Amino acid sequence: MRARLESILLPLGVAVAFVAVWHFAVIWTGSDIFPTPRMVVAGTLELARKGVLLNYIVASLFRVTTGFLLAVFVGIPFGLVLGWFAPALKAFNPAIQVLRPISPIAWIPVAILWFGVDDRAPIFLIFLASLFPITTASIAAVRNIQLVYIRAAQNFGIRGLALFQKVVLPAALPQILTGLRLALGVAWLVVVAAEMIAVNSGLGYLIIDARNAGKRYDLVVAGMIMIGLIGLGLDWLMRQAEKLDEVRWGLNR
Amino acid sequence: MLSPVMQPLVKLDRAPQPARTKIAARGVWMTFPGRGSDAQPINVLEDIHLEVRDGEFVCLVGPSGCGKSTLLNIAGGFLQATRGEITVDGQPVTAPDPRRIFIFQENAAFPWLTVEENIGFGVKRATEAGRREVIEHYIEMVGLTGFGTAYPRELSGGMRQRVEIARALAAEPDVLFMDEPFGALDYLTRLRLRAELIQIWQREKRTVLFVTHDVEEAVQLADRVVVMGKRPSRLRAIVPIEVPRPRDLDDPVCRVLREEIFGVMGLDHQGLQASPDSSGSLPPSTDPD
Repeated sequence: MRARLESILLPLGVAVAFVAVWHFAVIWTGSDIFPTPRMVVAGTLELARKGVLLNYIVASLFRVTTGFLLAVFVGIPFGLVLGWFAPALKAFNPAIQVLRPISPIAWIPVAILWFGVDDRAPIFLIFLASLFPITTASIAAVRNIQLVYIRAAQNFGIRGLALFQKVVLPAALPQILTGLRLALGVAWLVVVAAEMIAVNSGLGYLIIDARNAGKRYDLVVAGMIMIGLIGLGLDWLMRQAEKLDEVRWGLNR
Repeated sequence: MLSPVMQPLVKLDRAPQPARTKIAARGVWMTFPGRGSDAQPINVLEDIHLEVRDGEFVCLVGPSGCGKSTLLNIAGGFLQATRGEITVDGQPVTAPDPRRIFIFQENAAFPWLTVEENIGFGVKRATEAGRREVIEHYIEMVGLTGFGTAYPRELSGGMRQRVEIARALAAEPDVLFMDEPFGALDYLTRLRLRAELIQIWQREKRTVLFVTHDVEEAVQLADRVVVMGKRPSRLRAIVPIEVPRPRDLDDPVCRVLREEIFGVMGLDHQGLQASPDSSGSLPPSTDPD
């Protein structure tokens, strides 16, 4: 009971202190551009009333979901195959290791060149950003499977595609899920950056547009806070998935 | 080289053994490439000859690293012998086969499946009712009634090993290969599972080839104990254990047999090296392990 109370009260105390410091810092420095917390709340309500806030959240989430799911459908099978067939990994690994450290942000000019200024550019960037963590996690997951599971399955006469479906995928799933959680975090970071350049809707666009169209820093900070809260929500969803029986056996830490 | 075969110490009025050979090892050699720059190939098994009769329970014992698991893995089809072959029902073993199920020390019950799903993994029945019947039968046999929907992570080590045994039996194999299946369990659990395994084997009458480094375990379980020496391993002796089951470990005959096996392995019962033995094995300090 006490631990539970502490886990609510302590973070709440930090939040209150943070908001207070922010408020008085703006008052004492006499800034007429940077907003107080109250102005940010008012700005958020204004956006909500106009219906812009919900539209932008939906736009950003749509791009993240689409790009992320594309990366899941490409990255997991690709990673499973590379993890299973050593020659395939030898062939592809150097290329992966070169492409992986390139920030998705560096791909923005290329994305605009290929897709122009519409939804496809940020979706492509999200796809790229998610693909590498998902692929590398899937490769590692397959390579870490305990040999006894594979041997037992072979002993029962399971081979080929059935072996992948009945043993390789379920045995690799916990570690793959850890990769998915990481990838979704990166995807959310990238969508905001992509929307600042390549489109004209979404939370990233909101931030850059509020600054350009009249230095509305109350709306800039409102957008930032929404990004933080939604990112937290996405991570919470992934943590719920980690509680499923299919993966919990491999994640009990 | 033929192994010395010990005379049984007691004659018992037992039904005559079925003479049919189930598993036969004929001149099996296993050589692994050595590691390091001055790599010398390592001979793990040298010229192993062994016959296991249908329905027989045979234990392979020997010091750790002696190649007994290697021999079992060749029999299971997971390794290929460098020379010679192992046959089951006269057919050379080249790959794992559902008619011969291997039980692993590390426990290979699939952690993403429930107890029922694990046991049903290798069941060969056409109808769902038939499958259910087999699963229920073996859940009950290994004493896991009520745990059907539990996951392995929710069970103790001993219960997980029962799941694996039930899964193996439910595939209705003729042969069970068991590689130190109780090695990772605590002493009391080990004693219980041994007793249960013997009961199950007496009911099911499968051929069992069981690897252990525990001489006491071998004497309690086996029809015959095959004793292996240090690497490179040949068979040192084959010791028939003609004591009725269930066997009391303090039974004087069991104690004498245990001492004899320790003697063959070159150890007295306190683990000290006995008088230099005739086969000229290396002293323990130069053991490659």
